[in-house]
Amino acid sequence: MAGQVFAYITHKAGKADDTALELVKAAGKIYPDAAVTAIVTGSGADLDALCNEMTASYKEVWKFDNDALAYPNAEAIRKLLVNVLPQDAVVFFGHDTFGMDLGPGLSIKLDSVFLPDVVDFEGLEGDSLKVIRQEYSGQVSTHVSCNISAGAVINVRPGVFQPDESGSAGGQVVDKSSEAGDLTVGRHFLEIVAAEVGDVDITKEDVLVSVGRGIEDQDNIEIANELAEAMGAVVSCSRPIVDAKWLEKPRQVGTSGQTVKPKVYLALGISGSFQHMGGLKGNPFIVAVNKNPKAPIFQVADVGVVDDLLEFVPVLTEKIQEGK
Amino acid sequence: MEILVCVKRVPDTAENEIEVAGDGSDIERDDLVYSVNEWDNYAVEEAIQIVDNAGGSVTVVSVGDEDAEEVVRREMAMGANNGILLSDDAFEGSDGKGLATLLKAAVDKGNYDLILTGALADDGAGQVGGMLAALLDVPYASVVNTIEVIDDKKLKVGREIEGGNQEMNEIDLPCVLSIQTGINEPRYVGIRGIRKVASVEIPVWGATDLGIAADSVGDAGARAKRVDYFVPDLGEGAEILEGSSDEMAEKLIELLKAKGGIK
Ligand SMILES: Cc1cc2nc3c(=O)[nH]c(=O)nc-3n(C[C@H](O)[C@H](O)[C@H](O)COP(=O)(O)OP(=O)(O)OC[C@H]3O[C@@H](n4cnc5c(N)ncnc54)[C@H](O)[C@@H]3O)c2cc1C
Ligand SMILES: Nc1ncnc2c1ncn2[C@@H]1O[C@H](COP(=O)(O)O)[C@@H](O)[C@H]1O
Repeated sequence: MAGQVFAYITHKAGKADDTALELVKAAGKIYPDAAVTAIVTGSGADLDALCNEMTASYKEVWKFDNDALAYPNAEAIRKLLVNVLPQDAVVFFGHDTFGMDLGPGLSIKLDSVFLPDVVDFEGLEGDSLKVIRQEYSGQVSTHVSCNISAGAVINVRPGVFQPDESGSAGGQVVDKSSEAGDLTVGRHFLEIVAAEVGDVDITKEDVLVSVGRGIEDQDNIEIANELAEAMGAVVSCSRPIVDAKWLEKPRQVGTSGQTVKPKVYLALGISGSFQHMGGLKGNPFIVAVNKNPKAPIFQVADVGVVDDLLEFVPVLTEKIQEGK
Repeated sequence: MEILVCVKRVPDTAENEIEVAGDGSDIERDDLVYSVNEWDNYAVEEAIQIVDNAGGSVTVVSVGDEDAEEVVRREMAMGANNGILLSDDAFEGSDGKGLATLLKAAVDKGNYDLILTGALADDGAGQVGGMLAALLDVPYASVVNTIEVIDDKKLKVGREIEGGNQEMNEIDLPCVLSIQTGINEPRYVGIRGIRKVASVEIPVWGATDLGIAADSVGDAGARAKRVDYFVPDLGEGAEILEGSSDEMAEKLIELLKAKGGIK
């Protein structure tokens, strides 16, 4: 078997991220019997409570308390991990903007294989691990295999593994702060600038008409506006629409936009990438209109219309108006 | 400021439906439209804007086969001053680390203050930039959506983190940054721009030019290997409506009414 197994716990304002308990399940999929060690870094009063909380799911919790770790600067944490981890460690992270920041460089420094954005594990045979990834925003999946005897950095996609809620690990906290070593780095955290607030708050809406790149042209946004008006809904969108400046950032649904909880979500010309779907919570009734019958969004939608939205949506709008 | 931007030629997901080829060994490549990776366009635009303000030059580099030359040329038409193609049979099948190793060798042959990559490639995983920084032993910041030059030793960069919040950092030069879409509005490249650079010589560097052992990159050096492509069977999926547009619209209105989607 490969080296010791670790999971890095991200947390904010004293609260562990959802991935904290998902990583237990992810690691358990390849190491059903291994004791996974949680790594918790930070500074100050909140840290002990958080470490204690983690002992419910992890046998051992390594605590690193250091002023330099007050904000999770991936550069500093990478140095810390290189200082304290055995070289053949198998380390799990969530594939979020922190995991993306840290994982690739860590794998180089530990000279271990990197497996980004893993959505499932096919199995471990000897030292040979086979995982499932996706490419092209989820249009196709791939099996990736590698030898992990020299260690591995594995970033798993947030939200795909169920959280561990057994709470039965009965673990213990080990204060490793004195082993942190030199943490000076060339990148310094300054501040967080909060996302801008728009004229509509899509997080509070029950019905969203959401447009993606399939809308094709700025002028066509009007088609979505008309439908939304007929339905009594509000228009939201995917990221490329904001990048193109066709709609304002506060209307963006997704991991780097808003998290919405509507009852009904109408996705027009949206492919269904995980960064987009990651912003959609509360199990809404999803309708997808997409001209590609194989678009990944049809796998998660309740109802699908395979059609050119530029033709279908005006028909839909007109019929709704007629019925009123 | 001397800036190197790493650019990749990828199947254009806005133009193609990506499908698995018959035996799963590859995606269907017939009739695929390729373009420069979306994120890399933003990186090149950003580099050009920095150089417009602070002086210096922009070099674009791509690892790929001879077809990758067209994306290098396109980015030069955008305004990059120099282009380099890293191409060799031995590079084929490189994993993320292999690509980063090749790009590092190219960086070492120049004298760059700043290296930009895209945050993600359509067929990638957001790894090459971070690996390159670690190999070069310089600071790294990912998903960058603002860059401000403080002086010739430091930048102030914003990282777009969850919820659209922005994490501001000061970072020492030289460094590697991975660029997020939306950081700017990449300029349009017209046919005239392409013509202007049509005859520019783009150097091609192979393993020997880069001083790289052929078996440390490419398929031979890859530790993470893609075994196959497939389409997962995720159960039922959506109920697909049938019929004419009118019929589908009527059915959909019924469903939407039942779910409270029409007020
Ligand atoms: C760190 C990070 C954070 C990100 N955060 C977000 C986020 O918060 N939100 C987000 O949305 N994305 C986010 N992304 C981007 C994400 O990866 C995808 O690129 C994006 O979601 C794709 O948007 P889309 O579905 O509109 O476009 P595409 O993937 O291009 O899909 C367009 C779809 O429209 C269909 N179509 C085209 N023309 C028509 C037509 N005439 N009629 C009907 N259908 C048509 C196509 O078949 C296709 O399925 C993030 C990426 C990164 C790396
Ligand atoms: N073959 C390549 N040639 C040049 N740059 C690349 C190549 N592959 C990846 N990159 C760079 O690394 C970024 C991230 O790619 P990836 O890690 O594959 O998602 C891309 O946006 C490019 O800037």
